[in-house]
Amino acid sequence: MIRPLIVLVLSLLFALPAAANPALRAVIDANLDQIEKPSRRTVEPLVADLAATGPEGLALLSAWADRSLGVTEDGRLLIVRGDAATDAVTGQPVPGADPRMLRPNSGVRGVIESALVANEISSPDPARRAAALARIARDGTADHLAALRAAPPEKDPALAAQRDRATSLLAIRFDPDPASRVAAIESMAGDVGLDFRAVLNPLLATTRIAAADEPADANVARELSIGGDFPREAAVALLTGQGVLQPRLTPADQRNALAASIVDGTAGGVPVADLSDPAARDRAYEALEATGTVPPAATDAEADAAIEANRFFEIYAEPDRAVTDAARAAERGAQVRLAAMAGIDLGLDALSMASIYFLAAIGLAVTFGVMRVINMAHGEFIMMGAYTGYTVQTLIADRTLSLVVALPLAFAVTFGAGVVLYRLVIRHLARRPLETLLATFGVSIALQQLAKNIFGTQARPLTAPAWLEGAITVNDVISISSIRVAIFVLALLFLGLFLFIMKRTRLGLEVRAVTQDPGMAASMGINPDRIAMMTFGLGSGIAGIAGVAIGLFAQVTSELGQHYIVQSFMTVVVGGVGTIWGTLAGAGLIGGLSKVIEALNPANALAAQTFMILFIIIFIQFRPRGIIPQRGRAAEA
Amino acid sequence: MTDKLTRKPFILRNPSILVVLAVLSVFTLAVTLLSQAYGSGVIPTSTVKVLGKTLCLALAAVAMDLVWGYLGILSLGQMAFFALGGYLIGQWLMYARTEAIVAASLAGNPIPPTPAELQEGVANQIFGVVGSADLPLVWAFAHSLPIQLALVLAVPGLLALAFGWLAFRSRVNGVYLSILTQAMTLALALWLFQNDNGFRGNNGLSGLQNIPGLDEVDQATLSVWFLWASALALGLAYVLAAWVVSGKFGSVVRAIRDDETRVRFLGYPVEGFKLVVFTLAAIITAIAGALYYPQAGIINPAELMPIASIYLAVWVAIGGRGRLYGAIVGAVVVSLLSSWFTGGRAPSIHLPGYTVNWVDWWQVALGLSFVLVTLFAPKGIAGIVDRLGGILSPRRHGRDLGPDQGALQEQEARA
Repeated sequence: MIRPLIVLVLSLLFALPAAANPALRAVIDANLDQIEKPSRRTVEPLVADLAATGPEGLALLSAWADRSLGVTEDGRLLIVRGDAATDAVTGQPVPGADPRMLRPNSGVRGVIESALVANEISSPDPARRAAALARIARDGTADHLAALRAAPPEKDPALAAQRDRATSLLAIRFDPDPASRVAAIESMAGDVGLDFRAVLNPLLATTRIAAADEPADANVARELSIGGDFPREAAVALLTGQGVLQPRLTPADQRNALAASIVDGTAGGVPVADLSDPAARDRAYEALEATGTVPPAATDAEADAAIEANRFFEIYAEPDRAVTDAARAAERGAQVRLAAMAGIDLGLDALSMASIYFLAAIGLAVTFGVMRVINMAHGEFIMMGAYTGYTVQTLIADRTLSLVVALPLAFAVTFGAGVVLYRLVIRHLARRPLETLLATFGVSIALQQLAKNIFGTQARPLTAPAWLEGAITVNDVISISSIRVAIFVLALLFLGLFLFIMKRTRLGLEVRAVTQDPGMAASMGINPDRIAMMTFGLGSGIAGIAGVAIGLFAQVTSELGQHYIVQSFMTVVVGGVGTIWGTLAGAGLIGGLSKVIEALNPANALAAQTFMILFIIIFIQFRPRGIIPQRGRAAEA
Repeated sequence: MTDKLTRKPFILRNPSILVVLAVLSVFTLAVTLLSQAYGSGVIPTSTVKVLGKTLCLALAAVAMDLVWGYLGILSLGQMAFFALGGYLIGQWLMYARTEAIVAASLAGNPIPPTPAELQEGVANQIFGVVGSADLPLVWAFAHSLPIQLALVLAVPGLLALAFGWLAFRSRVNGVYLSILTQAMTLALALWLFQNDNGFRGNNGLSGLQNIPGLDEVDQATLSVWFLWASALALGLAYVLAAWVVSGKFGSVVRAIRDDETRVRFLGYPVEGFKLVVFTLAAIITAIAGALYYPQAGIINPAELMPIASIYLAVWVAIGGRGRLYGAIVGAVVVSLLSSWFTGGRAPSIHLPGYTVNWVDWWQVALGLSFVLVTLFAPKGIAGIVDRLGGILSPRRHGRDLGPDQGALQEQEARA
């Protein structure tokens, strides 16, 4: 049993030269040193040679790349898979071998894998084809373009699309024929992918030059004229850089040069005491320049003459005009589509912002409608809701469950607080809105400090459940976080709930009656005091819910309410008091506006808020009673 | 016309003026004699500064009372004018002082500096903290004390005029107007918080306690001088305010507070009256700010967040609005109490199981006491004076006070 096996092995061993891949053997023998100690910078031709020797060469490369290639004492390369080793050249198993394993570094492995990709692209295994495509998309080379074009047709539609895209992108970068580059650019027109824009950008990169006349052999993007984005200083710097103009003298250089040349209390014949005058300094420097003690420097007149004598051009690094024209057109198209998508993204942001303001302001608006009082402690009810959510989360570990408990509990807590506030304070200040405003402010600072005393000054986290984390992403530009979607849904729910209560229930009927005419409502048997209390509780309760929602994406601090209270006031004032639709319109306007201003001036959120408040002050000029004013007896809740 | 012959002199019709001026003089004299600079040194310089600052706050409170107690506008943006005054005087203080320092350091160079180099050095010193080295446009006049002093009056005055014109013209009043004034001060604060607008962002202006050109005068003396200036300003403003609210003009102003529509139908240009009082109050507040911040030494945008203006309203309400001396009493009492309680010197109350630490609980107590004052003593501390002096408000029983408010309004008139 064993004998035939030994015979077989021996015969195979002796048959080795016959079955070998002579080209591969030659390459290995010539480069064994480099295979053992490869260098990232020099390994590329070797890898190309190995790959060119056929399937055995590719197998060797892939083993080398995943660190399963070993070298024996006598200089043979073995591929080690598990416990079995095979000869890299012959493919014969080598029992009992004890090779030294090669450990190429990641740079070398990158080169090897890149070379293998071309082969992988035709692999029968879709997963390997996908991996190869991903690799090409990450860092493609000119070789890959040829490999992609030579590869057999792709059957999988998704992979086929990916492959077409990768081919086009590589064609734009590496195709030697300008016509096919232009064709590739045009085939991708309208694409907004980051990769496409990354390919276009180097094509459109320009450098600035100064020349007496338009350079004939260069691809000129445009001629620059002084002013606008090409100030005079830039022109002077460009001329100096090209050696056309001597460097200009900076005031510091001038001062130092003069200071170094003070002789007997004068510099260049000008008394030192007079040198506080810039004109005197110029005179002194020119005198010194004439004697040769200081280096000459370009004067303003020289700079002017040089600017006059030269023209300034922006030159594309890419020499072919047809390609740059196509790239510029594609870039412009991409910009337009991007702007549209950014607009959609902005709209989503604004919508979520508006939902938050709506939730925060609706309670305020309803109480104002019914009682004509502004509750300055409304912000603290929002904070109270957020802290309720935080407290519940410390007691119930399960995030989803704690949220389910926290929402109604926050409503209950702030509803109670609202009713207490109404019974103790607001009822006694009926029809004195300014006093109510100040009294509720007193409550507000007391509650804020109380929260600080209980929960401390540091921010408390209110963590969203896992299914609310992350974002819904449409493409590179449009995405919205799940929490914001949830808040939007919550706002919609409360809009519906409020409309239902106001239009379809007895309570709503009575609230509307009291809003329109408390005296008449009272004589119809409605207790305005009770209605006012219920409304106040309801408004405060919704503030509590809003607090939980806000706490999910903002840190819970005792100042949480303060951040939203002014915006809530604005929402009520802009929208018009006492109507849900007014609040909705106000929230939409404020939310949309703040996002738009932020988008116009992204670096500066503070400026955005400033401009928004200014806008509101001016808006009030034209609609003093808000977007949807409450009109006489037809007023509706 | 015959009325004019029988009218008593202005001072006699307002006995509170004499009382306030007398108290103010005695107070100033006493502090001076007890100060370190001019007297026995019983009162340390820091306390003199606190007292001087308190007088400035009282001055702002008088202006607030004009607007709220007499004109009926609950302005939640008064501190914007206060801080503007501080910023405008601070510009000169900081610029002139930095210029002196930079000039001294450049004098060591072999060559005297050019004006441009001097300015560059100053800008570097002032705006280095916000990563800028250029002098912004808003500092164009910072080198000149007379211009900055004029701006202290002009800028807040014009801001109040523009804001008031826009708001009054569109008949925004009541709670709406309060919210709008709050929005104005918030907008200004947020604007000042930015680093790139030339007011050093949230660093604010600092080193204002050093007066340029008065380097040899020590802080003890300066603090007394500022106390004098604050007392003088308060006295003058009190007389001016008392004069404004007495006489026919004052009657119209109070009538606007009580029923704006009716005054308008009687043919008075309501907007004009409101604008005059609102702007005057803004200017007085700005002067108070310009006196306050050199004593405080530092100003930053946090000073004009809406909460500061609301505190001003709280002082006036506790002191008693509609009484000018009430505003002073409220501002002095509440601000001194506040600094005493929050300064950590008030003794803690030891309850079984819990120690009430006033640093933590003063805000709560203040908020609640404020609710109680609004509920039970709407006239504030001045209400006690009224009761003692028998100057109760006229009995208006049975009179209809407005077109649509009905009998409920009577309660308010009494309150």
